[in-house]
Amino acid sequence: MTATTEINNIISKENLVYKKTDVLLDNEMHYCPGCTHGVIHKVIAEVIEEMDIQDKTIGVSPVGCSVLAYNYLDIDWQQAAHGRAPALATATSRLMPDKYVFTYQGDGDLASIGCAEIMHACNRGENIVVVFVNNAIYGMTGGQMAPTTLEGQVTATSPYGRDCATTGFPMKMSEMVSLLPGTRFVTRQSAETAGAVRKLKKAIRKGFENTREKKGLSFIEIVGTCSSGWKLSPTQSNEWMKENMFPYYPLGTLKDE
Amino acid sequence: MGDVRLMKGNEVIAEAAIRCGCDGYFGYPITPQSEIMETLMIRRPENETGMVVLQAESEVAAINMVYGGASCGKKVMTSSSSPGISLKAEGITYLAGAELPALIVNIVRGGPGLGTIQPAQSDYFQAVKGGGHGDYKLIVLAPASVQEMNDFVDLGFELSFKYLNPAMILSDGVIGQMMEKVELSDYKPRWTDEEIEKISGSWATNGKKAGSERNISTSLDLDSAKQEVFNHKLQAKYRAMEENDVRFEKIACDDADYLFVAYGSSARICQKSVELAREKGIKVGLLRPITLFPYPTKQIQEMLGQVKGILSVEMSAGQMVEDVRLAVEGKVPVEHFGRYGGIIPTPEEVVEALEEKILGK
Repeated sequence: MTATTEINNIISKENLVYKKTDVLLDNEMHYCPGCTHGVIHKVIAEVIEEMDIQDKTIGVSPVGCSVLAYNYLDIDWQQAAHGRAPALATATSRLMPDKYVFTYQGDGDLASIGCAEIMHACNRGENIVVVFVNNAIYGMTGGQMAPTTLEGQVTATSPYGRDCATTGFPMKMSEMVSLLPGTRFVTRQSAETAGAVRKLKKAIRKGFENTREKKGLSFIEIVGTCSSGWKLSPTQSNEWMKENMFPYYPLGTLKDE
Repeated sequence: MGDVRLMKGNEVIAEAAIRCGCDGYFGYPITPQSEIMETLMIRRPENETGMVVLQAESEVAAINMVYGGASCGKKVMTSSSSPGISLKAEGITYLAGAELPALIVNIVRGGPGLGTIQPAQSDYFQAVKGGGHGDYKLIVLAPASVQEMNDFVDLGFELSFKYLNPAMILSDGVIGQMMEKVELSDYKPRWTDEEIEKISGSWATNGKKAGSERNISTSLDLDSAKQEVFNHKLQAKYRAMEENDVRFEKIACDDADYLFVAYGSSARICQKSVELAREKGIKVGLLRPITLFPYPTKQIQEMLGQVKGILSVEMSAGQMVEDVRLAVEGKVPVEHFGRYGGIIPTPEEVVEALEEKILGK
């Protein structure tokens, strides 16, 4: 038996216990090793496949590391200007109310330049899912301070550590949007362990189900890592996240109506 | 005669939007154009045609809602006035870069800055030469009557879908606020999903069809070689607009020794100035550009064997006059006359300017 036929026998249908969803494309990802985006993409793709809504889902990704997200999920995408994804999603969802519309935004995008757009989309209760990846730093532009950067955290634009007296305090976006009557489901998740990924998937599925039931806006924050920006190895990043991010950004569901 | 009414220019924009099958309007209040959204809110087209009308949290959000709606292959629009259009500039260049059709209405007021709420034509450069970043052009329509406010909504959508490029109605506070007789267009139904599939199926992001490629609405290409090829494509599109879709009107030009070039409300004023000058024995005509891009360059050049001088009349410090001079290439004198900051010139002032700046030479 040749090596190839042996492998083919192993991966025969009856032996399959796991299959990569076809919604996730084979394009090589631009994300750094250890980055959380890859796992989150996979989870979203799996939910889309399991709910059989590939032909009805439109992703909206703005500027930041998510700018090239359209390369990885086999659905229709809109690439938005920095911070503006919730505005695009608002119109898309209102003009096509039978579709599933989600935004995929980082912390610089959502909590800084796009603060007005996200607050008002939440306040209007748009029937969309917001996936908010919070890694406390601007990744794509090279590791600058974000609104969610922790106190004392060293970044390219806070080289001596974030000084809250002059730069303000890390913004808790989930807590803020949970106060708005327009949001129906607000949760903060992570993706550093298999268990966390399972919980995250459940949350994202709930978000898309809320869209199906026309319940309004689901806001899913994911506390993630940025090994390149944090200047740590992927495993060190996970440790740093648990020690520093989780106490300030506690995991759990803030609102579920 | 169809449905003839006495209406304000701004109200007519709203009415024309509903009647031409527009799918969505996204706006933010600003004087002197707020009647557009107010009229839509009173009319409640969501109950009549299903058109979505939404007051956004800012001009920035409104234009990005337009980007989202346009990406779905829908007929969507926004309106604003000068300071608001500056805020929309980012979204407008993204629309141009993603080759999306949309209609943007600018009821111009005087500037710079917060300026004044009175009419002006000082946003010509912003509309015609870009406004946002990058090499792009808008299709720019300049109505000179309330009737044209009605007609250009449908025309704007038609041209923007023909070229997959945003179109702008560049009007001003005079046309927006004045009441005139208008024959409203007949109702056209909104496009069905099947029609959208036929018209925009190759690019609209309205859900990936089984067995076909997904559509992506983007203005990003990090590969410079591809970005240059894309820019060539855009430029070819703009040349096609210049070839096929220049619109203009000539008044009293057959025997003219001199020429006014003016658009929008200035052209209305110049119509009277033509009469007044001719009473004095000065044979002057008026060339009114209707499309400011593509500009009627050839049509001005065709007048050069005939006229001895040209006066460009604008409610600005002299913006369109640069395009007149580019067309004329120094062959006859070209001068500018304008009032600005919200002041509207009188027909008599325009004739005086003609005598002083052109005939006096």
